[in-house]
Amino acid sequence: MSIQEICRVSCSQQLGDGLYRLVLDAPQIAAQAQCGQFVHIACGEGNMLRRPISICLADGAALHIVFQTKGSGTEWLAARKQGDELDVLGPLGHGFDVAALGAKPVFLGGGIGVPPMLQTVKCAKAAGAAPRAILGFRNQGAVILEDEFRAACETFVTTDDGSYARHGFVTDVLKELVADATGVAACGPRPMLKAIAALAKDAGLPCQVSMEERMGCGIGACLVCACALKAENGETRYGHVCKDGPVFNAEEVEW
Amino acid sequence: MADLRVNFCGVELKNPVTTASGTFGFGHEYGEFFDLSRLGGIGVKGLTPTERLGNPAPRIAETPSGILNCVGLQNPGIDRFIEEQIPFLRQYDTAIIANVSGNTVEEYEGMVEKISDADVDLIEMNISCPNVKCGGMAFGTQPDMVTEVVSAAKKKAKKPLIVKLSPNVTDIAEIARAAVAAGADALSLINTLLGMRIDIETRKPILSNVMGGLSGPAVFPVAVRMVYQVRKAVDVPILGMGGIRTGKDIVEMLLAGADAVAMGTVMFADPMAPVKAIEELEAWMDAHGVKSIRELSGAVEV
Repeated sequence: MSIQEICRVSCSQQLGDGLYRLVLDAPQIAAQAQCGQFVHIACGEGNMLRRPISICLADGAALHIVFQTKGSGTEWLAARKQGDELDVLGPLGHGFDVAALGAKPVFLGGGIGVPPMLQTVKCAKAAGAAPRAILGFRNQGAVILEDEFRAACETFVTTDDGSYARHGFVTDVLKELVADATGVAACGPRPMLKAIAALAKDAGLPCQVSMEERMGCGIGACLVCACALKAENGETRYGHVCKDGPVFNAEEVEW
Repeated sequence: MADLRVNFCGVELKNPVTTASGTFGFGHEYGEFFDLSRLGGIGVKGLTPTERLGNPAPRIAETPSGILNCVGLQNPGIDRFIEEQIPFLRQYDTAIIANVSGNTVEEYEGMVEKISDADVDLIEMNISCPNVKCGGMAFGTQPDMVTEVVSAAKKKAKKPLIVKLSPNVTDIAEIARAAVAAGADALSLINTLLGMRIDIETRKPILSNVMGGLSGPAVFPVAVRMVYQVRKAVDVPILGMGGIRTGKDIVEMLLAGADAVAMGTVMFADPMAPVKAIEELEAWMDAHGVKSIRELSGAVEV
């Protein structure tokens, strides 16, 4: 059930260059939030459309979101201060099914795809699994949430340019972990997800990916956020990131 | 208390507020936010003879006070609508406005014939979609094509036939007259305005289909102007739409000449917008001593 809730910002924090964390007092949405779902936030008068932001953590009444400024909407959001009110729809979409990933799941996040994996790691742990996380960033300045992941599970960090931790891509680490993994889930740029899906397929592991697309209503009515999927008859069909996703089984996606 | 009821082509709407086709799916999603029975009517997603997949993403681009879309009439086809969606919608006390499209005159005839036998209240014939290669807007921008497709469809219609007009024309009044002369029982306008946006970094269009339809508050003054022009040109009920956000916008659209209205894009910003607008309309009418919607329709003083 989707809810429209007016949420007060209880904490705002800049995490890095263009990277922000807001903690919202969202008792109704937080109570229902599942890992991998998102919220759709109204970003001021000048922006017609809401902005979809993944749920990083839902902890009691507190809803944590971490986002990157990309345009006028996210810049407006980044300027919110403690005590400001936000008009939020959520929790929306179909999240990760951690039960389908077995006892030793590997969770991967790339860049601004890292935040939703934090709730997902915690969710898997709460369900009795032994998760591991692989986080990839462009460079040292883009690294976010590392300590929180390390506190939750065994965590590997890579940077594309080698300026921090291991030089390389998340897939380099995944190759070393697949032999001992029971499932894979990821959020990040499409090329990264595609490479992860291919690795998981070769290893015979179930793989779930969180997709992104330009979105309208956020609830499944306007049909704009189309994601090409494989239909049963082998042809293409379109699912919608906001309602059928954002999380899809990787085998379903037309890469 | 003001009387919000509207008689639209013999169908009683409990209030003049409907939802614009293509923005509301078949009602399931917004039904999680408000009771669909609050609405005067529901304009459902545009239907075609068989399932349509629609265009690839991206299908949306934000614009100042609006959006561009190029969904491309993704829908499950008319048969599945009749089987699966009408029973759902009939749980609610609201009129069903079935929106139909085709690629050819024969397809429009077939669609209107089939939907006439289904349990819907009004038929909206879309001759103005800018996002499909065949049919759509091609029919709605030339008076002789309007005459041909509407007169053929009207012969098959057993329910009131609303013809949805494109704003992408030089003279909307001429198109309106052609549609009414061909038998349209009512007109709805405006569909979206053809637009385009470019990502300046990649130098590529944002939309997969290059161009798309502009909607939202940005188009409201254009819609008001066109409803006004059409009201002066023809004497059939008008379903006014295009950028309506509030109850006061509804008053303005009614004054321009609409008998009822449709809301669409604003719901992407606020899912409760139609309900809030109905409440605001009622309060405005009470505050101004306006007793019925009829008193407002076409009452602009020029």
